[in-house]
Amino acid sequence: MNKPLRRIAIFCGVLILALLVRTNYLQYVRADELNTRDENRRVRIERYAHERGNIIVDGNPVTSSVETKGSDFKYKRAWKNGPMWAPVTGYSSQAFDASQLESLEDGILTGNDDQLFFDRTLSMFTGEKKQGGNVVTTLNAAAQKAAFQGLGDKKGAVAALDPQTGAILALASTPSYDPSTFAGNSNSDTKAWQKLLKDKDKPMLNRALRETYPPGSTFKVVTAAAALENGLYTDIDGKTDSPLPWQLPQSSDNLANEGNIPCENASLKEALRMSCNTVFGKISDDLGNQKMIDEANKFGFNKEIFTPVRADASIYPKDNRPQNAMAGIGQASNRATPLQMAMVAAAVANDGKLMQPYMVAERQAPNLDVIYTHEKEQLSQPLSGENAQKLQQMMETVVKSGTGTNALIDGVTVGGKTGTAQHGLNNSEKPYAWFISYAKTASGSPVAVAVVVEDSQANRDDVSGGGLAAPIARDVMKAVIDNK
Amino acid sequence: MSVVTNTTTIGAIDAPSRRNTELGLMAFAIGISVFAYANVGLAIDGELPSGMLGYGLGLILLGGVAHLVVRKFAPYADPLLLPLATLLNGLGLVLIWRLDQSERLIALAKNAYGVFTPSAPRQLLYSAVGVALFAAVLFALKDHRILQRYTYISMVAALVLLILPMFFPGKFGAKIWITIAGFSIQPGEFAKIIIAIFFAGYLMVKRDALALASRRFMGMYLPRGRDLGPILVIWALSILILVFETDLGTSLLFFGLFVIMLYVATERTSWIVFGLLMSAAGAVGVATFEPHVQSRVNAWMDPFACYSTDPSGACEQISNAIMSFGSGGTLGTGWGQGHSDLIGFAANADFILSTVGEELGLAGMMAVLLIYGLIVERGVRTALAARDPFGKLLAIGLSGAFAIQVFVVAGGVMGLIPLTGMTMPFLAAGGSSVIANWALIGILIRISDTARRPAPAPAPSSDAEMTQVVRP
Repeated sequence: MNKPLRRIAIFCGVLILALLVRTNYLQYVRADELNTRDENRRVRIERYAHERGNIIVDGNPVTSSVETKGSDFKYKRAWKNGPMWAPVTGYSSQAFDASQLESLEDGILTGNDDQLFFDRTLSMFTGEKKQGGNVVTTLNAAAQKAAFQGLGDKKGAVAALDPQTGAILALASTPSYDPSTFAGNSNSDTKAWQKLLKDKDKPMLNRALRETYPPGSTFKVVTAAAALENGLYTDIDGKTDSPLPWQLPQSSDNLANEGNIPCENASLKEALRMSCNTVFGKISDDLGNQKMIDEANKFGFNKEIFTPVRADASIYPKDNRPQNAMAGIGQASNRATPLQMAMVAAAVANDGKLMQPYMVAERQAPNLDVIYTHEKEQLSQPLSGENAQKLQQMMETVVKSGTGTNALIDGVTVGGKTGTAQHGLNNSEKPYAWFISYAKTASGSPVAVAVVVEDSQANRDDVSGGGLAAPIARDVMKAVIDNK
Repeated sequence: MSVVTNTTTIGAIDAPSRRNTELGLMAFAIGISVFAYANVGLAIDGELPSGMLGYGLGLILLGGVAHLVVRKFAPYADPLLLPLATLLNGLGLVLIWRLDQSERLIALAKNAYGVFTPSAPRQLLYSAVGVALFAAVLFALKDHRILQRYTYISMVAALVLLILPMFFPGKFGAKIWITIAGFSIQPGEFAKIIIAIFFAGYLMVKRDALALASRRFMGMYLPRGRDLGPILVIWALSILILVFETDLGTSLLFFGLFVIMLYVATERTSWIVFGLLMSAAGAVGVATFEPHVQSRVNAWMDPFACYSTDPSGACEQISNAIMSFGSGGTLGTGWGQGHSDLIGFAANADFILSTVGEELGLAGMMAVLLIYGLIVERGVRTALAARDPFGKLLAIGLSGAFAIQVFVVAGGVMGLIPLTGMTMPFLAAGGSSVIANWALIGILIRISDTARRPAPAPAPSSDAEMTQVVRP
C-alpha cells in the first residue's frame, strides 16, 4: 500500500508547490502592477495618509493639510484663499483626484518622487514621520490679489509675467471656485463638486491658461512686429500706404474702423495709438498668411505651453486672404489665451526676447533642501532689439495719449494696447475687453500683463478695453512695482 | 503489508520519543505568536496590547496542556504535528485580533448588524474547546483501530451532519450552518473526519475485492457493483447534499478524499483517471446550472474586468484579495499596517490569507504555506509508518483532505482556482473549523504514536537458554 501513498505524497507536494508558485507570481512578479491599479484603494489611502507638502507663494504656504475623522483618508487638503489661488494650485480631492500643480507636482507633494528617494530612506532609519516636499511658485501675492480683486464679480482672466525671466506673477480667473469645498469624500463634497460641474459659468475653467479668446486689437502689436521685422515699414513715424476706406481683398466689404478716426496713411505709431483696423488689416494682407503665421509662432502661437501646467495652444490660422486680413486685427479665427497675450507684451518689453513662462521656481525636499531650481530660458526672439524698442515707443504712446490712458502709473513708463474683440455671429454677443501692457523702470521691465474681461458692457471699441481691462492691469503692475 | 515492513526512516525499534523536541518547538511556536501580538499592538496603537498577557497566557496554557496530554497518552507521537498546529492557531488568533482592530470592519459590522463583536476572544474560546477535544481524542482513543468498529455508524453520522443544515436558514449564499442557541456550527468540517473514518473502515474490508474481483472494461478494471456500490452511493449522496447547500468547497474536498482513499486502497491508477473525468464532468455541470458558481468562475477568469459591474460582488472581493497580495510584495507591510480589511466581509474568515499576504508578504506566505505542507508531510509519513491498513487509509485520508482544503482555500483566495467558500485550517475565524481540525490532528497523532511505538520486546524464549553454549 506504500507505493500509492508515495504518489499521494507527491500529489500533495504538487498542490503546495502550485500555491507557492502562485504566491510568488502574485507578490513578486505582479506586485507592482497590482499595487498601482486604479481599483487599489491603498494608492489613495497612502496618498492621503501623510500631511501633504505645501504650495508656497512669497514664502507663505497657500495650502495646508487638515486631519479628517471617520474616513480611511487621514488628511485632506485645504487652501487659504481658495478661489483666488485655485487657477494656480488646482485642486486635490480625496474623491475627485487632482488637477494642475496639485496633480503635476504630486510626487513632490506626497514625498513619493524618485528625487526624494534618499530623503525617504533616511527618514525610514531616523523614524521621522513621512512628509511631502514643497513647491515654491513664482507668483506674487500682491499682484495675484490685485488681479483677483480687479476682476471682482466680472467674468475674465489675468496673466502677468516677469518679462526678463518668464516667471508668472499672477494668474487669476473668475468666476473661481474654492477647492476646499470638495477636498474630502463625504456627501457634501460630492454635492459641491456636482454643483461646480453643472455651473453654467464654468468656475473650474482656468481662463488664464485654458480658454482662447479672439485677441482683438491687442493682436495689432504682433502685426506691427511682423511689419517691422519683415521690413514692410521701418519708420514708425513715417506714413503708411493705407487708404481709407480699405476694401478687404477678394471681397466687396470695406474694413471699418471703430468710429471716425484719421487712419488714412497714418504712421504705425498713430495707427496703434488710435487702433486703426484699416492700417493693420492691410499690413497683414500685404505680408501674406505665411509671414503672419511665422511671426505669430515666434511669439508662441500654435503650440501648447507648459508652465508646467498646460496652457492651450493659441491659434493664428492658415487661412485665405480676407480671413488673414481679419486675423491680423485679432478677429476671424485668431484666438489667444491671456497667457499668450501676456507673452506678447513681455517679449516687446524685454527687447524682443521671449522667455519661457514658468510658475515653479523651486522644489523642496521635506527637510527644505532645494532639489530643483528653475533656470530662466529663452523661448525665442520674435523681434530684434531695435524693432522692440520701436514697438515700445508705439505702445507707450497708446498709454500716454491713446486708448490706454487708464493704465498710467505715476513715475513709471507704461506701454500697452487695448482691445475689444467681437464675438458671436455678426458681433451679436457681448465683446471681450482686452488690455495688454508692461511697466518699465530703470532696470528694465519687471512686469507684463494681459487682462481679458468677458462681459464688457460698453460697446465702443477701445474705450471698453481701456475702460474695463486697463485699470486691472494697472493695479497688477503697480502691485508688482510696489513690492520690488 | 506486514508488520516488519520498514520502509520509513522511523525505526521500528527503540525510536526516541522526541517529546523534548516537541516541547522546544512548542515554546518556539508560542513565543512567535506572543511576539506577533506585541508587534500588532505596537503597530496599531504604539503600545503593547492590553490583552497580550491574557492571550499569551491562554496560548501557553493551551499549548502546555496539549503537550502534557501527548506526553502522557501518546509518548511516541510525531513531534512536529502539535507545534505546527499550535503555531498556526496562535498566528490565526493574532490575525483575527488584528482585524478586530480595523475601524473599517467595525463600521461595516455596525452598518449591517448594528453591533460589532470582536472575533478574537471567541476564537480563543473555540481554540480551547478544540484543544479539549484533542485531549479527549488522545485520552479516549487508546488505539485508532477501535474506530473501525464504527464504520457504519460513521456513515450515518456523516449523512445526518450533512443533511442537518438544510433545515436551517442559509447565510451568505450557502446553507452550511446549524444555529443552536446563538452558536453556529459548520457540520461539514466534522463530516470531513467522520466520512474519512467510514471510507477507511469500508475500504479496508473491501480493498481486496475491489482490487482483484473486477471485470475488464475498455482497458480498465471495474470492480463489481456489490463491492463498490455502497461507497459510491454514500459518496454521491454527500456530494448531492453539498451541491444543494451550495457548499462547493466541501463537495470538492469529499470528492478528492474519496478518490485518494480508493486509489490507495486498490492501488489501481484507473481510479485517478476516473476521478479526474468525473470531477471535470461535475465541475462543468455545476458551473452550468448554478448562477452562484458562474459568478465565481467569471470572477476567477478576470476579476478586474467585472470589478465594478458584477452585482454579486464576487469580482470585487477576489480583486481586492489579489490586490492585497500584490500590495504586500516581498516583505509585506508589517503586522497591522496593511489594508487587507478592504475585502470587507469575510476578511477574517475565508480571506484571512490575504492579511497574511499583505502584512507578512511573500516571505510570510511561503512560511505559512510550508507549515501547512509540513503538516501534510507529517500526516503522509504517519500513513507510511502505520502498520495497519486502516491506520494507513485513515491517515492518508485525513492528510489528503487537509492538503486539498488548504489548496482549495488558498488557491481560491489567490485566484489560482475559482473561489469556493471554505476556511483555512487553524488560521481562519470559525469555531467548527478550529475544533474539527484539532480533532483531526489528535487522530493523526494517535496513529503516529501507534506507528512509532517500539515493538514490544520479544518474550524470553525458554529454548534460547537451552541452546547456549556454556564454556567452562
